Amino acid sequence: MIISDNTKKQIDSWIEKYPQGKQSSAVMEALKLVQAENDNQLTSEAIQAVADYLDMPGIAAAEVATFYENYNHKPVGKHIIRFCHNISCMLNGADDLITHLETKLGVKTGEVTKDGLISVKKVECLGACVGAPMFQIDDQYYEHLTADKIDDIVDGLK
Amino acid sequence: MNEVCFKNIDKDQCWSLETYEATGGYSTWRKILKGEYTPDEIINELKTSGLRGRGGAGFPTGLKWSFMPRNAQGQKYVVCNSDEGEPGTCKDRDILRFNPHSVIEGMAIGSFVMNATIGYNYIRGEFMEPFNRFEGALKEAYAAGLLGKNINGSEVSFDLYSHLGAGAYIVGEETALLESLEGKKGQPRFKPPFPANVGLYGKPTTINNTESFASVPEIMSKGGQWFADLGVENSGGTKLFSVSGHVNNPANFEVSMGMPFSELLELAGGMRNGAKLKAVIPGGSSTPVLTAEAAMGMTMDYDGIDKAGSMLGAGSVIIMDESTCMVKALTRLAHFYYDESCGQCTPCREGTGWLYRVLKRIMDGKGKAEDIDLLMSVQEKIMGNTICALGDAAAMPVESFLRNFREEFEYYIEHGKSMVEK
Repeated sequence: MIISDNTKKQIDSWIEKYPQGKQSSAVMEALKLVQAENDNQLTSEAIQAVADYLDMPGIAAAEVATFYENYNHKPVGKHIIRFCHNISCMLNGADDLITHLETKLGVKTGEVTKDGLISVKKVECLGACVGAPMFQIDDQYYEHLTADKIDDIVDGLK
Repeated sequence: MNEVCFKNIDKDQCWSLETYEATGGYSTWRKILKGEYTPDEIINELKTSGLRGRGGAGFPTGLKWSFMPRNAQGQKYVVCNSDEGEPGTCKDRDILRFNPHSVIEGMAIGSFVMNATIGYNYIRGEFMEPFNRFEGALKEAYAAGLLGKNINGSEVSFDLYSHLGAGAYIVGEETALLESLEGKKGQPRFKPPFPANVGLYGKPTTINNTESFASVPEIMSKGGQWFADLGVENSGGTKLFSVSGHVNNPANFEVSMGMPFSELLELAGGMRNGAKLKAVIPGGSSTPVLTAEAAMGMTMDYDGIDKAGSMLGAGSVIIMDESTCMVKALTRLAHFYYDESCGQCTPCREGTGWLYRVLKRIMDGKGKAEDIDLLMSVQEKIMGNTICALGDAAAMPVESFLRNFREEFEYYIEHGKSMVEK
């Protein structure tokens, strides 16, 4: 089962926000919810299941799933670290900290740790520039990072 | 300082309904519900205030609201653009976290003016903390009977919902945002027709930035003239400036328009480690970079920054000290636009790739003498030739970095290494 009853309920609560017949407005959240319950990854079957549930063409849901950054089409870790490398973070040493994180985890950005626990991605501005350097793990922001702080945060991931 | 969007920022639970109402929040909305305002009175107050769109374009908000065909038949919408993501910009995040009710009340006032009974706040997908704060505030507002249908037995109805993005800078462009809200790829629409006539689901729609909406309640309760007087001519009121980069105390500061840049720099704790200022991007990554000399002489308002050779944009001030390699800085920005171009218009889709790849080649030590001219030629061909402003946004940094710091690019090409970095 690609979409659980619980997820369907959550998708329904998004559909309610939009006018009748405009349920495709909920596609972005529906894709996220379905991704979350399928190992953080969207297969073409999952995308089609979302499209069917929202009564929209499969290609329309696939366009959304491939246009936006936060959908994964390859296996990713249980946790995803999105490290900002744009200008304010760069000016505050993000590049060295990204290298530190890569060395610590034994992966390059874009890869997953061997145990499947952590993916590291280099991303564009996350809109927390006054807290630079920063990264996001899953739904949470961590700001004013240092190498020591990164070690503590990452060691705490299970 | 901190007189409008941030006026409660030092209070305990500053985001709560209790705090918001204790300092006069929802007083304008309650008056509207009692029939004490006409839409025209509100538009006039906004026009007097001099409030200009805080998302970056600077279009007068009162004028924008007056364009809505409020007597047209059928559904109309009001939409808030909280899809913040231009490098350097992080003010709307703090408004949503610390003063979400001001956004709700601002949107509610707008909905009344434009006769739009449904509103959406489009929040960028990564902003889960701001989203949860805003959702919490919405719950409070509904529970207090401030939102819904025929509110308090009045003729006024307003239902407000939040919508979440999924990672795409281009969706900050208002028509791309509407496409995205309709559940499509975020690709900008041709204009005209403008959203005021053909917007969300094809219906008349007004879209404003978070800070613009959040400023409206305070303008209404203290008066348009009060707000205008906080600022300077052509730049009414206060503005949130996100000061980031090489400063001691990077933060969001809400200060009067017209403040000298040097004072804002002092507020941000001055230059880190006493280093020398080299360059300033005053309004977010798409606005032209300024030399230290030009920046130190400017005031922080639309005309002041324009005179210095750049734009106020979203008020995102990126400070660079003398250790900054301008080739590296521009390459990073070029990568951003290359990554974020939606791919719809050829000059932008292809041009941003050219800009990034040529800069990358220089960074890799393989630059050619003619690369500077090539970069200039590519940015000129993007500028003004695309449906939306992302193309211009990609072009402007290139032109200004090359104009102001040309010798660093020449040095990098000639020596295969940075003039600045060891």
